[in-house]
Amino acid sequence: MNDFTFIRTSVKEQVATIELNRPEVLNALNRGMVREVISALEMFDRDEDVKVILLSGTGRAFAAGADIDEMADDGPIDFEMNNPFADWDRIARVKKPIICAVHGFALGGGFELALACDMIFAADTASFGFPEVNIGVMPGAGGTQRLTKLLGKTHALHWLWTGDKMTARQAYEYGLAARLVAPELLMEETETFARRLVNQPPLSLRLIKEAVDAAVDQPLNEGMQLERKNFYLLFASEDQKEGMKAFIEKRRPDFKGK
Amino acid sequence: MFETINYQIHNNIAWITLNRPDKLNAFIGQMNKEVQQAVKQADKDDNVRCLVITGEGRAFCSGQDLSEVNEETNLGDIIRAYYGPMIKEIARCDKPIVAALNGVAAGAGMSLALACDFRIASEKASMVEAFIHVGLIPDAGNLYYLPRLVGHAKALELAILGEKITAEEAKEFGLVTKVVPEGSLEKEVEQFAVRLAAMPTKAIQLIKRNLKESWSMELDDYLEKEAQGQRIAGLTADYKEGVEAFLQKRKPEFSGK
Repeated sequence: MNDFTFIRTSVKEQVATIELNRPEVLNALNRGMVREVISALEMFDRDEDVKVILLSGTGRAFAAGADIDEMADDGPIDFEMNNPFADWDRIARVKKPIICAVHGFALGGGFELALACDMIFAADTASFGFPEVNIGVMPGAGGTQRLTKLLGKTHALHWLWTGDKMTARQAYEYGLAARLVAPELLMEETETFARRLVNQPPLSLRLIKEAVDAAVDQPLNEGMQLERKNFYLLFASEDQKEGMKAFIEKRRPDFKGK
Repeated sequence: MFETINYQIHNNIAWITLNRPDKLNAFIGQMNKEVQQAVKQADKDDNVRCLVITGEGRAFCSGQDLSEVNEETNLGDIIRAYYGPMIKEIARCDKPIVAALNGVAAGAGMSLALACDFRIASEKASMVEAFIHVGLIPDAGNLYYLPRLVGHAKALELAILGEKITAEEAKEFGLVTKVVPEGSLEKEVEQFAVRLAAMPTKAIQLIKRNLKESWSMELDDYLEKEAQGQRIAGLTADYKEGVEAFLQKRKPEFSGK
């Protein structure tokens, strides 16, 4: 597999796992790590042997923020020229399901990375937060936008203005975490869920993801049009024929992803 | 490193002794913080499999040291800064905690005892919801734990009337596990703690966790929690040892792993 410096990757039974792997700094995100995560996501997105992608962190935390040293001396022109956040935009273009497993801290850039995934599974001892305000800045990789879309303006402002840490239970109650799991079983339970998705028709998963993302970002009418087109499109798939045939014949469908 | 408490470990038991006997072990901010720190330390320490909290001298703990507060004090902030964090640390602790009640546990001292998992009382010990006598409400988690231990009606009675609860009464209400003769408290607690420390520590943690969470969960959600808990317990060395010992008709030796 590819040589990565800051992450570890593996594939098992069509589930790809990407692990942030700088445990000595609680997986603080540097630009190299973000680039590697995105390379790996795009690599697995094209890989026919992968159906679902998991993202997690090694050590005590998922990711406790960004590497501050790396940006402390940057000016606005440096940001404009380096365009570091452009990498982040590519996460949203990955078509396969991305499930994020969060334990320990998901802070700042780490929280933004989790929010960029499709679903978050959280250890019930995990915590989330945007401490950027405490050092005189603010989230820059989607934090203010994605948090607000999930929580609404009032709650989003509360967390972004204070920099306080949200418990996993609170994240779950907001609908930000899809599931709370005992920390000992976080990976096992997340993998079990991923394995369920592996058995679902991949084209349906893809087009559902596209339509749900449209629901979040686009006006209702545009979303409805996209939904309709995607619905029609699935009738061009073998899996639609197989799914409906199996239903009529009262047997389990065997999906091929075609 | 601690000044208001003693912290000692032997036989896998961490003994936290409140150590301001001339003040009947009344809480000052530093003691809140030191209890919190000691519980955290014991919880992280692989050599510790049970905690005991007790008091030096005549009292277990007489509650807040009133000489530390005055009319200017914002009592809400004291809870937020000192008692709340201490009680949360105790609630987060995965290992069993025994309160050894050597004497009076009044006010926040009673609250501290209620926040522990077990209470063993000397026959001379007592508890008292002292707060009402100075126009305050029971704090440090007191009214959270009390109705869970004795039921709503009894909790209300104790909190509002503020009468002294003898060790025998405490036993009758379900507030303490055991009442023992004054002179043998230390020995009895030691035996009890040794017994806990030799048990499957992970299973104890999971029982604590599930019981606590059951209060705020629907049955369906709880049963999923239970499935996860049993899965975790089923992966421990102690489970393997327990089953093997049962089949071989011998006593199990649990490692806490």
